[in-house]
Amino acid sequence: MVLCTLLAGAATQAAERSEGFAADLAALAASGFDDMDAVVERIASSDHARAVPVMQALLDGRLYRRKSDDRVVIVADAEAGYVLTDAVDGAELGTVSRRKVKRINVNNQLRSLLRGLIARAALASADPARRLAAVEAMSGQLDADARDLLAERATQEEDARVREAISVAIAIFDLENGDAARRDAAIDTLRGSLDPVARGRLAVLAEDDTAPRETRRAAASALASIEQRIALYELAQTIFFGLSMGSVLVLAAIGLAITFGVMGVINMAHGELIMLGAYTTYVVQLAMPEHLGWSLAVAVPAAFLVAALTGIAIERGVIRFLYGRPLETLLATFGVSLVLQQAVRTIFSPLNRSVATPEWMSGSIEINAVFALTWNRLTIMLFMLVVFALLMAVLRYTRLGLEVRAVAQNRAMARAIGVRGNRVDALTFGLGSGIAGVAGVALSQLTNVGPNLGQAYIVDSFMVVVFGGVGNLWGTLLAGLGLGVANKFLEPWAGAVMAKILVLVFIIVFIQKRPRGLFPQRGRAAEG
Amino acid sequence: MTPSFMRRDRVFDFLAPPLPPDALLDTSHGPILYLEDISVSFDGFKALDALNLYIDDGELRCIIGPNGAGKTTMMDVITGRTRPDAGSAWFGSRIDLLRLDEPAIAKAGIGRKFQKPTVFENLNVVENLELATHGDKAVWRTLVARMDAALRDAIEGVLATIGLEADAYREAGALSHGQKQWLEIGMLLMQRPRLLLLDEPVAGMTHEEIERTAELLQRLAGEHSVVVVEHDMEFVRSIARKVTVLHEGCVLVEGDMATVQADPRVIEVYLGE
Amino acid sequence: MRWLMADKGGLVMLAVLAVVVIVVPLANLVIPPDSALHVSTYTVTLLGKYLCYAVLALALDLVWGYCGVLSLGHGAFFALGGYAMGMYLMRQIGERGVYGHPVLPDFMVFLDWQALPWYWYGFDMFWFAVLMVALVPGLLAFVFGWLAFRSRVTGVYLSIITQALTYALMLAFFRNEMGFGGNNGLTDFKDLLGFDLQADATRVALFLSSALLLALAYLACRAVVGSRLGRVVVAVRDAENRARFLGYRVEYFKLWVFTFSAVLAGLAGALYVPQVGIINPGEFQPLNSIELVIWVAVGGRGTLWGAAAGAVLVNYAKTSFTAVLPEVWLFALGALFVLSTLLLPRGLAGLLRRRGGAS
Repeated sequence: MVLCTLLAGAATQAAERSEGFAADLAALAASGFDDMDAVVERIASSDHARAVPVMQALLDGRLYRRKSDDRVVIVADAEAGYVLTDAVDGAELGTVSRRKVKRINVNNQLRSLLRGLIARAALASADPARRLAAVEAMSGQLDADARDLLAERATQEEDARVREAISVAIAIFDLENGDAARRDAAIDTLRGSLDPVARGRLAVLAEDDTAPRETRRAAASALASIEQRIALYELAQTIFFGLSMGSVLVLAAIGLAITFGVMGVINMAHGELIMLGAYTTYVVQLAMPEHLGWSLAVAVPAAFLVAALTGIAIERGVIRFLYGRPLETLLATFGVSLVLQQAVRTIFSPLNRSVATPEWMSGSIEINAVFALTWNRLTIMLFMLVVFALLMAVLRYTRLGLEVRAVAQNRAMARAIGVRGNRVDALTFGLGSGIAGVAGVALSQLTNVGPNLGQAYIVDSFMVVVFGGVGNLWGTLLAGLGLGVANKFLEPWAGAVMAKILVLVFIIVFIQKRPRGLFPQRGRAAEG
Repeated sequence: MTPSFMRRDRVFDFLAPPLPPDALLDTSHGPILYLEDISVSFDGFKALDALNLYIDDGELRCIIGPNGAGKTTMMDVITGRTRPDAGSAWFGSRIDLLRLDEPAIAKAGIGRKFQKPTVFENLNVVENLELATHGDKAVWRTLVARMDAALRDAIEGVLATIGLEADAYREAGALSHGQKQWLEIGMLLMQRPRLLLLDEPVAGMTHEEIERTAELLQRLAGEHSVVVVEHDMEFVRSIARKVTVLHEGCVLVEGDMATVQADPRVIEVYLGE
Repeated sequence: MRWLMADKGGLVMLAVLAVVVIVVPLANLVIPPDSALHVSTYTVTLLGKYLCYAVLALALDLVWGYCGVLSLGHGAFFALGGYAMGMYLMRQIGERGVYGHPVLPDFMVFLDWQALPWYWYGFDMFWFAVLMVALVPGLLAFVFGWLAFRSRVTGVYLSIITQALTYALMLAFFRNEMGFGGNNGLTDFKDLLGFDLQADATRVALFLSSALLLALAYLACRAVVGSRLGRVVVAVRDAENRARFLGYRVEYFKLWVFTFSAVLAGLAGALYVPQVGIINPGEFQPLNSIELVIWVAVGGRGTLWGAAAGAVLVNYAKTSFTAVLPEVWLFALGALFVLSTLLLPRGLAGLLRRRGGAS
């Protein structure tokens, strides 16, 4: 009973508020610019749920008056006129021709007032992310009132990041408008801040002849500390990009490290196996458009299978006849690569296909204004590590791994103790090829999928394997990551293409200095 | 060695008359090969451990030892294929082998036969011998080189020595295993080396061939110094004057065959464990 | 001359070349166009192109077939020779370019360059261009080979770094900043030594020059192969260590053969460019270099004439296929790679030789 009364009471209160809100809106439509200020302030303080959307619509020029009944509406563009929404309760009012409504105009003064009011309203929002956005929107454009409002807000703010943002915003204001004490405090606050506005203002202050010398010096030193932090984070960003590029290289090369490094087979069709993996992803996505999020989880094993089976077919059909003749193997597998490329061109068209990135891989973690980790790159790095770990585990702990290592070390002896060389060769080759297919899934998330995808990676992959030391998976990992990072460091001052050339030239010279790579297998057997 | 440009008795090297290639070889002190404290290790495994070995000029020396004793590694060091971690290797008392690479060592007068017979399979026997000939082996010289009478005589001589006259124009790849071994020895003779290193020269030969090889090696010793690494004990017994036993990278025993065979350490290495 | 008489395949090849050299120009210039025996200028140019490819194949056969060095970057030397010739042809255009600039080629005017880069100096003189045609590929091969052979990079490793070399050059030449016309390369040539490149007589002359180059290159290669140097090179291919322990500096032999071969490839490229009328970075594609390997493999490596014949045959097949069924060509080429390595390791020449031996 009591509950009922209470609810009814609340309802009447809300209804009354609503009525006042509607009246204000009507007034808004009727009044001239001078009176609008007051009306807008009233709307803002009404605490009505629709206040913020209405103000935003007014600011954006989407708040209209319907000519037939003077009702205030929010419009959205449609093909035949406007779609109307009631400003007070948000009810849909259908589509009307553009001539049936009249826009409620605002001037610049009103616009800035609206912006401040909206921000203030957002400041009170329950969602910390929206509060943060509001503070960041206000930062750099504060007036004295807003400063006080923020300062007051800061005392009750619970979220640390919002508090931080508020203190930066206040400090930026104080820097220009505060007294000497506040200004010095502001400089201290901004020391090390990565806010671009703060940096700009500090730079102005440091050059400002009218400011006291002490202040200027303090500003300059704060600025220096900011620059230092930015440099640090940019370094981190470059390393991140480098590692991500390196991960792609490692993924592309690691299958090759098995087929070339462990088996000694030159497979020029390796790039095309990567391409097959990428196309498998494309096909999987075509087959399950509803579940894009899961498509990659399906694509990874599918790509592994497709590429592994193709690889085994290549091994059984071609390479097996050419063991011990590396140059011939190179030529024959190159022929296979041409056939695979052309097959894809015939089946899928020569044009690039784009593969969708699932929701959960898009977006990024923003550490701060300068440093952000994009999810897709992060995922690929993790993925690479998982693949690498799995591969190591397979080689170390499974029967196949043991046999692979045995055959790699001494084929005749392995056969003598009962390892079936043919089966091991085929399976090893399948393993290496399957990993190439998996690399293709990862690549499809970064670039367009086309028949030439593989060609772009074959030279790089060989370079990584040779650079790391043939037959050494850890070497491949380090070489790939190292080359990726080196590439990204060279890019800013040499350009992307030049960086690639420089890295290639470096590797050419390096191989000539140390023909057995970074981590050579030593011993008399390796001397050949 | 004083660098030649520092020497005041000579203005320009190229004005001096060319020295015969082995003019530097000085064996007046007796030994033609000095290996002192040579150590080589691969990944922690000591293939040679402070090895000391002296070969006298004109000597025929057999080197035996169980597998992994360092015999092949020792040959690799002498011929410049492997650089030792420590020690010194001199050819005569004036040529420092560690400062020369393989072709230079070959030119200085050391010839080597590999364990697995290695001949140029796509060339015929005469061509194989022609390429091995003692002489200038620079690129341009080989381009204009012609087969002259002296060379022809030398080749015929060697063909007779190794008994391949009938097969002179056969492709080397078509020869039997034993014939390839002989051809390779013949190629060494064409080189006119002062020191011959033979790694298992009778492996895969028939009894008769082994006897002929033994005879040949006996004949070569004196004019050349010959070092033979061999597993075939009977063969070693038939040719050896002095035998060195290598074990775990250093010399275990040295002496004539009878002494070596009676030595308890040798017996232990070969039979024990 | 004994070495030449013993070389039956080579004699046949030279004889065919002599017949073609006499018949084709006559059929083009003398026989009227409406006659069935007339050979069109298009065909003459096409044949000239094949002959350039044949020289390139000879060059590769020398290093691969005899020296055992499988270069996957020989297309780069061909393209460098082509670029050197292209630069001369560009300078010959003079004021007749689209922008009419007296010195700068069109693409430089387009890029708003003010002066000729230093490495374009001298290319207005024919003798200088010819010198560069030989020198640039030769020098690159020398430096590259010096580094590679001295550190004993062999086999597949060498193949892959030569591929990386041509790949790096391709990336570099694609850049506009390099000053070689970027993507588009050098084209719109007008004349060579004052002769109009579009004229039939010039085309025939270029064809004849290509034939002459092929004949000379063949004789030179045959002379090298027939000398003791040639036997040393084969020895190096078959048993590198044996050769080294006989006292041969293996790396120098490889280096000189590699350099000589690169110069030949450059010359072939220089004659190729005026006939096709364009040179662009696409010539540096690793695919081109590897296709060239298959010409030699199909013809039969280590025979010289087989390589030249292989180049002409495969390219004839390519022209016919791409005219009728363009998408089938890559299938055919791929199959050619696989089949020739699996079934014909000695190529067509090997097949002929076996026949000859059996009968």
